[in-house]
Amino acid sequence: MKKENKLYSIEELANLANYARYIIIETLINSGLGHPGGSLSSIDVMTALYFDIMNIDSSNPDSDERDRFILSKGHSSLGLYTVLHLKGFISKDELKTFRKDGSNLWGHIDLKTPGIEMSTGSLGHGLSIGVGRALAAKIDKKDYKVFIMMGDGETQEGSVWEAAMSAAHYKLDNLIGIVDRNKIQQCGFTEDILALGSYKEKWESFGWSVKEIDGHNMKDIDQSFKKISFEKSKPSLIISHTVKGKGISFMENNNNWHGGGAIAQYADQALKEVEHYAQYKDLV
Amino acid sequence: MGNSIREAYGKHIAKLGKKNENLILLEGDLADSTQSEHFQKSFPNRYFQIGIAEQNMVGIAAGLALEGKIPVVNSFAAFIAMRACEQVRTDVAYPNLNVKFVASHAGVSAGSAGPTHHTIEDIAIMRSIPNMTVLVPGDMKETEQVIDAALEHNGPVYVRNSAIDVEEIYNEENKFKFGKATLLKDGNDATIITTGTLMNEGVKAVDTLKKDHGINVRLLQMASIKPIDVIALKKAANETGLLITVEEHNIIGGLGSAVSEVISEIGSTKVIRLGINDHFCEIVGSPAYLFNQINLTAKRIIEITLENKK
Repeated sequence: MKKENKLYSIEELANLANYARYIIIETLINSGLGHPGGSLSSIDVMTALYFDIMNIDSSNPDSDERDRFILSKGHSSLGLYTVLHLKGFISKDELKTFRKDGSNLWGHIDLKTPGIEMSTGSLGHGLSIGVGRALAAKIDKKDYKVFIMMGDGETQEGSVWEAAMSAAHYKLDNLIGIVDRNKIQQCGFTEDILALGSYKEKWESFGWSVKEIDGHNMKDIDQSFKKISFEKSKPSLIISHTVKGKGISFMENNNNWHGGGAIAQYADQALKEVEHYAQYKDLV
Repeated sequence: MGNSIREAYGKHIAKLGKKNENLILLEGDLADSTQSEHFQKSFPNRYFQIGIAEQNMVGIAAGLALEGKIPVVNSFAAFIAMRACEQVRTDVAYPNLNVKFVASHAGVSAGSAGPTHHTIEDIAIMRSIPNMTVLVPGDMKETEQVIDAALEHNGPVYVRNSAIDVEEIYNEENKFKFGKATLLKDGNDATIITTGTLMNEGVKAVDTLKKDHGINVRLLQMASIKPIDVIALKKAANETGLLITVEEHNIIGGLGSAVSEVISEIGSTKVIRLGINDHFCEIVGSPAYLFNQINLTAKRIIEITLENKK
């Protein structure tokens, strides 16, 4: 579906991300289930990655040189499935089956879906898998990069910090961690549930080269990712400051929209807020 | 002459590293205990010390397997099957990745180290995970053959190793086959089914039963617990009428359960399970002392056979 080799301007990427928001809401309304909050907060970064930063080609999905993206916060499947749809991996008809009986599209992503690089859903697993893939690239002297997107709440899992230590230990400068720092987890604000505290310093002290960005500013996103790897012999971490539920007024900063089970009664209102983004359909 | 299963494994996997360039070993700071250090010496560039972080180690293995490597995860059974259980199940078994786990110090073979280091639950845990294969070798030759079979199989394999020294039971004719029992002694009066190092006790029991009691007992070593050898089990049930399972594991969920699951579907053959009767070891001791305490001995196997033989 993607026009191969098309180069997108910053403005077009921003519009494409908003078009993705429209698809996310449409798919959520259709399924009645899913996780809109974290999908909407991370969609700008995922759009930039798939349409400008990463080397991913849906017509050659198994290419050895492709960059690897693992969505460790596997519940944000609505976002990733949407980007994969725009990229040509998943058809519109298949997207309509999301979480329906007999579908291939689970609520938490599965390796068997074209374009998905690893099954995830249980939090705190993705970074270790990324360390393994980045280590394999070093062993084989391959140039691909490994991108792991985590939720901020997810990094309450101890296994994330085991992986963080090992990535620095093995000097994996081909590994890029991204934390979608939307400040909210299922039951409330991260700082109330289990405070993440001096977050940038935590990662730096674990040996990572860290940059903080505005995860809804496409220029900031695009320019920052183009600077990776930030330092030789160090893994890179991008803390992407975002708003949970970004783009739907009543979902923004509201942990009740971590999950979207209540969407039926808000469907019209949600659609009204994003349907004008349908005009950007021709970008893909 | 005693000998070490761990050492046999360590030396054998180091040999296999020459033939198989995709073989990578991961270690959780127990290299001299698991004996993965032999591979480290031969192939330092394909050996990664992950530190005391087993969950991370299993995740890294999954990532390596996604890139076509064949990672072998080395640690104690307790830390693979329990500490990192979810990573084993979700990151390796669910996507059916080609990762091998070599779990050392299984059962009570860590002896006086204590119940934190014993693992009497791992067969039950591992065989209930879809896509997982469970292999439990009992001497040096069988260990080498089990490792060969594990690497030939494309998919996750859990190899359960003991830490104790054992006699070599396998002779030139015995050959471990994936999914098959190894017939160590033939007979039609009863069948003893062992797994792991308890085949040593099984052999002693069968020899004594024949010599002192004139009873011909069949001995099947079931190193392949999953998949299990359904054909050999049914044949033994039909031909010998009594099955006695012997395992260094909780009697809930291990070899005895696996055998009972097969036999319960075919008729009325009696299955007696010898194992650890759902308790942690409470008295400190060496593996040999603990085997006596929990009645996993040739003597007990003989008593049970005589009590129950028709």
